[in-house]
Amino acid sequence: MSPKKIILRFGKDISTKPVIYHLAKDFDLVFNILKASVDPYKEGVMVMELTGEKYEQGLEFLKQEGVRVQPLAEEVSWNQEICTSCGACTDICPTGALHINRPSMEVEFESDNCIICKACVTVCPVRAMEVKF
Amino acid sequence: MAIEKTYAEINAKIKSGSVVVMTAEEVISLVEEKGVSEAARQVDVVTTGTFAPMCSSGAFFNFGHPKPRIRMQKVWLNGVPAYSGIAAVDAYLGVTELPEDDPCNSNYPGEFRYGGGHVIQDLLSGKPVKLEAVSYGTDCYPRKDLETYITLDDINEATLFNPRNAYQNYNCAVNLSDRTIYTYMGVLKPDLGNAHYCSAGQLSPLFNDPNFLTIGIGTRIFLGGGIGYVAWNGTQHFPGIQKDASGASYGPAGGTLSVIGDLKQMKPNWLVGTSFIGYGTNLTVGIGIPIPILNEEVMRCVSVSDRELFAPIIDYSKAYGQRIPGNLGFASYADLKSGKITVNGREVITAPLSSYPRAKMIADILKEWITSGDFYLTEPVRLLPSHKDGITAKALEVKDL
Ligand code: SF4
Ligand code: SF4
Repeated sequence: MSPKKIILRFGKDISTKPVIYHLAKDFDLVFNILKASVDPYKEGVMVMELTGEKYEQGLEFLKQEGVRVQPLAEEVSWNQEICTSCGACTDICPTGALHINRPSMEVEFESDNCIICKACVTVCPVRAMEVKF
Repeated sequence: MAIEKTYAEINAKIKSGSVVVMTAEEVISLVEEKGVSEAARQVDVVTTGTFAPMCSSGAFFNFGHPKPRIRMQKVWLNGVPAYSGIAAVDAYLGVTELPEDDPCNSNYPGEFRYGGGHVIQDLLSGKPVKLEAVSYGTDCYPRKDLETYITLDDINEATLFNPRNAYQNYNCAVNLSDRTIYTYMGVLKPDLGNAHYCSAGQLSPLFNDPNFLTIGIGTRIFLGGGIGYVAWNGTQHFPGIQKDASGASYGPAGGTLSVIGDLKQMKPNWLVGTSFIGYGTNLTVGIGIPIPILNEEVMRCVSVSDRELFAPIIDYSKAYGQRIPGNLGFASYADLKSGKITVNGREVITAPLSSYPRAKMIADILKEWITSGDFYLTEPVRLLPSHKDGITAKALEVKDL
């Protein structure tokens, strides 16, 4: 079975460690954490690849534990033509994927660091951040 | 010997190609190295720039008369109402105006995807815009309704006329409450989660002419990618010098400009329709103002740097809305731009709403226009009131009826 990419979101009250531990131990799943972060509202976000026979059972377990699971089918892209480098998104983005280069103050987007939380999509005053499927 | 230059002398240098122009950023190090007098001798014009959301903006249109004629009583452009309580086919479209059916904040926080500012940008992009009008019909203007498409080329006049732009300085907005708030200063996270500021600082036009020695009625400027003029002081023009409780000075604030220009020669990348989640729509306006170095005092003013300019820190969860006077201190633009400031003893991350890279681009474009002889300076017909005039803000008293 080929690895599947998923996004996990943990509420404030869920501790990530035991949940991930059980995924490996109880369901024999091999995981590879691609990104992990804490968003502005103290919610944990993790992007990982999961491989194993008991993938579906593993997902079911995650959901029971209160983790929100989303397949990684979307992508957030930056329309550099439209972006005015205003900077308004840079303190909203939880991972620093959108950040200001100093001293030029030019805004830059590093898609590798994006966890697709979409916070920037509605915050950007000129709609330069787009969700792609 | 004191340096004195006139507008005519500077324009003669522009004509002969010998004019020396620097941006308000470049001139800082020149003055640091050579001093004010030598810099004033060398440089003739200093260019400034700002690119930020400016709510008090809009455009006058004259659509031309249809056959039969109509005295437009109500007008919509792409569904956004424009004010038509003026002559038959004239209207004013404000940038914060929303379509009649916008859900606004009933679905909090509202998205405000489209408004007057976006209509202006669409017109500049050459897109056809739907024009609708209704009327009661008169003997001289019999038509009662109209529905058509217009482009900027189809109509007679389109005049950008912004009653209040180019704020001299602006607040640094924070949120002391325990919930996220949605403001015209962007999304402010709870419990001092971030701080937003909105000024080009050392590049900002009115920070470079704090005493209104050169900018006045008739000053020719870069406006929205084309040429415009200062029409008047802006609304809420209350120039002053900021002071803290102990009386220490924190530099200028409060001046504003009203600007005007032919919309048809402006560009959609310098007048950008803007949406603030939970707040509304706006227009991000590019303005650049040339400052003639008439004397050393003018040069001293333009050499100001981000370290010497300060924004008052204001709580937008309560103090702003409830008009509670005072502030949480001042932050220098150097600190604001560094990405971190200290508020109430805590480190707070900052982000701008005003694009410094675009402001710099505007100052560079204006420099290029002047150097290449495409842009001459105008002597103001009248200078604007400064902090010395002591204009203060009036509050609106809500009287018992
Ligand atoms: S979706 Fe936007 S805010 Fe979220 S991580 Fe990606 S760039 Fe940052
Ligand atoms: S908020 Fe939008 S326009 Fe501003 S820097 Fe971010 S992506 Fe660019």
